[in-house]
Amino acid sequence: MSQLNLLGLYQPNATLLHRISPGIKLTTIMVLSIAIVVVREAWFSVVALAVVCGAVGLAQMSWWALFRSIRILAIGLALLAAFHWWQNGPEHAIAVVGGLAALILASAVLTATTPIDQMLDTITRALEPLRRFGVNPDAVGLAFSLLLRFIPDIGERAFEIRDAARARGLDRSVRAHMTPLTIRVVAHALSVGEALQARGIGEDERPGQR
Amino acid sequence: MIEFDQAVVANRLHSTSLTLSEQRIGVIGLNGSGKSTLVRLINGLIEPDEGRVLVNGLDAQRQGRQVRKSVGFLFTDPGAQLVMPTVIEDISLSLRNTHTKRNERRAAALGTLDRFGLKDLAERSVYQLSGGQRQLVALASVLATAPQVLIADEPTTLLDLKNSRLVGDLLFSLDQQLILVTHDLELAARCDRVLVVSDGRIDFDGDPQLAVDHYRASA
Repeated sequence: MSQLNLLGLYQPNATLLHRISPGIKLTTIMVLSIAIVVVREAWFSVVALAVVCGAVGLAQMSWWALFRSIRILAIGLALLAAFHWWQNGPEHAIAVVGGLAALILASAVLTATTPIDQMLDTITRALEPLRRFGVNPDAVGLAFSLLLRFIPDIGERAFEIRDAARARGLDRSVRAHMTPLTIRVVAHALSVGEALQARGIGEDERPGQR
Repeated sequence: MIEFDQAVVANRLHSTSLTLSEQRIGVIGLNGSGKSTLVRLINGLIEPDEGRVLVNGLDAQRQGRQVRKSVGFLFTDPGAQLVMPTVIEDISLSLRNTHTKRNERRAAALGTLDRFGLKDLAERSVYQLSGGQRQLVALASVLATAPQVLIADEPTTLLDLKNSRLVGDLLFSLDQQLILVTHDLELAARCDRVLVVSDGRIDFDGDPQLAVDHYRASA
């Protein structure tokens, strides 16, 4: 099982957060994202992170499993924090990285407490008014779901390629990592697209279309 | 009834005319011989450069969406086919076009899983399934919409012997017309008719045992 695959995976339970409608959860994350960007203060990011940590507890998610699934992202955040600390000082680093961490955890809470099927319905319904402007709500909802489903897959491929590069003594070669990863991800995306087409999923229902 | 009318795919398939009406049809041949191209023409995943392919009178190119509703496709790698995080969500996705209410979709999906003895896997992550279970779930997700024809493109290639037999037996127990691309010659011999594809041509077409013998002799 991939180390990343708890991100995007629904964990059945009956907590309050599992029962809240996906629309409310999505709106909350959207508002939180905007607030973090607009306020851009260390105190606000810390409060947001504390609140989201409370939500993780409320959703009865395993902290250890959560840590395992986001530890690669945590390393990235630590590097980002170091950079901002060096360039702009500690307050800015806390504001940026604390805010990002809050949003990553909030997304993990959203996916752990909301079945993809429900999320797909919510997004499709919410985007329905935009259909008159050429937006295909089903396609957007499906793209969102696929993104969540395949984050762990990409991670799994990255780990396989890292092991293969190590076996060939190419641990430090960026090209030995990125080239096969890009090719494999694109090839996999094409296979998934073909499988979706074969299942008739995401095909335009308008008359006259193939 | 599936009809190939002088269908050509440049560099992959020479002009092919066939009528496929038998219940179980096997397609065998070397890697790169054109087997997958041949079957992908049936549900419009590949368009012919010349000629046409008809499924129950519908043109697979011009009426691809309608054709795909009646032709299910099982791929070699279920990893690409299972696009939702859990089993029940993936089966439900197949049913979105036929069931608008989530509860109805879920009930229908559970019914499908139950039919294939997979109900216990409903809430399981697709990452937690064995190779055999993944292929069975992929098959269930295709059959959830009750297609009339099932195309299976090397469905047992990635499986061990036990799971290969399990999937093979299940495929041969279905009511759907089955078009089976396979390297498993025992499986091919169980079909009613077998096509041997070689260098983009139908090299042999007929009795399964004779076809297998022909393939063995020419490979």
